[in-house]
Amino acid sequence: MEIVGQLQKQYVEFSTSLYREGFLDEQFIQLQKLQDESNPDFVVEVVSIFFEDSEKLINDLATAIQQQVVDFKQVDAHVHQFKGSSSSIGANRVKNMCIALRSFCDEKNLDGCLRCLQQVKHEYFLVKNKLETLFRGISHLKENIDSFFSFLIHHFFRRKK
Amino acid sequence: MVSTCDSDFANLNKGNVEEEPHVLAVDDNLVDRKLVEKLLKNSSCKVTTAENGLRALEYLGLLDGKKSSMNNNALKVNMIITDYCMPEMNGYELLKKIKESSLMKDVPVVIMSSENVPTRINKCLEEGAQMFMLKPLKCSDVKKLRCHLMQCRG
Repeated sequence: MEIVGQLQKQYVEFSTSLYREGFLDEQFIQLQKLQDESNPDFVVEVVSIFFEDSEKLINDLATAIQQQVVDFKQVDAHVHQFKGSSSSIGANRVKNMCIALRSFCDEKNLDGCLRCLQQVKHEYFLVKNKLETLFRGISHLKENIDSFFSFLIHHFFRRKK
Repeated sequence: MVSTCDSDFANLNKGNVEEEPHVLAVDDNLVDRKLVEKLLKNSSCKVTTAENGLRALEYLGLLDGKKSSMNNNALKVNMIITDYCMPEMNGYELLKKIKESSLMKDVPVVIMSSENVPTRINKCLEEGAQMFMLKPLKCSDVKKLRCHLMQCRG
């Protein structure tokens, strides 16, 4: 089944590019290592939690930064969370942008914070898109592998008879 | 990962010899909680998670005013692993509360943090933390932890 080979190649190329371009780092590999038969959807589950959590954090950050009197400690607390979770799943570019945002917080540089938050959002949605594509690629591969094996088994039993 | 091997895991045999150590994992970050839980489960540990210090103390039956109630949870727990940076009660404060408890003081407590701050690390180790681990945690970190736990069992 040539399609499986093609899909596999596409998947590997795409996946490799994510690391090369710094979207993902070694920690994403650690995440994949944790997945096993007892929890075959672990990576997707954790990443889904990350998506939900991040979007809430982005909203909280936007709110905090738009206050009349900005509480930079509060902003920093949110960024700390975001930096933590992005680091834990290997979302490298998001993590780095959070680190930059923290510096602006420390300096109480509101303008810097505003601009940097936009960049954090940008990186987040980029990696979200990439990961969703990656997961779609995996399920597409799986579907094709499943139908390939079904075909084999069916063919085998037909011949036996 | 920074660790001290000044381990005093001596009090791990609490009655029944369990195949699977029971670990209480404390972290305010949901993604990290999910991760540490899986890391520990993959290392054959039973895991209970808590989202903050107060919940952890509540689980252990160590909340002031509730000490009188007999709590089985504290007896089951073989190790506590906690994040350092948490709102209201940080990992260091939680560590102190645990070390103040006659029931729990010998249970090993591991502190995790995303920040490598030597003064923070020393403060925790001096207060009796068994180990300090840098986040994000890797599979190999928890395996080391597990080895420590196993070595010290009877």
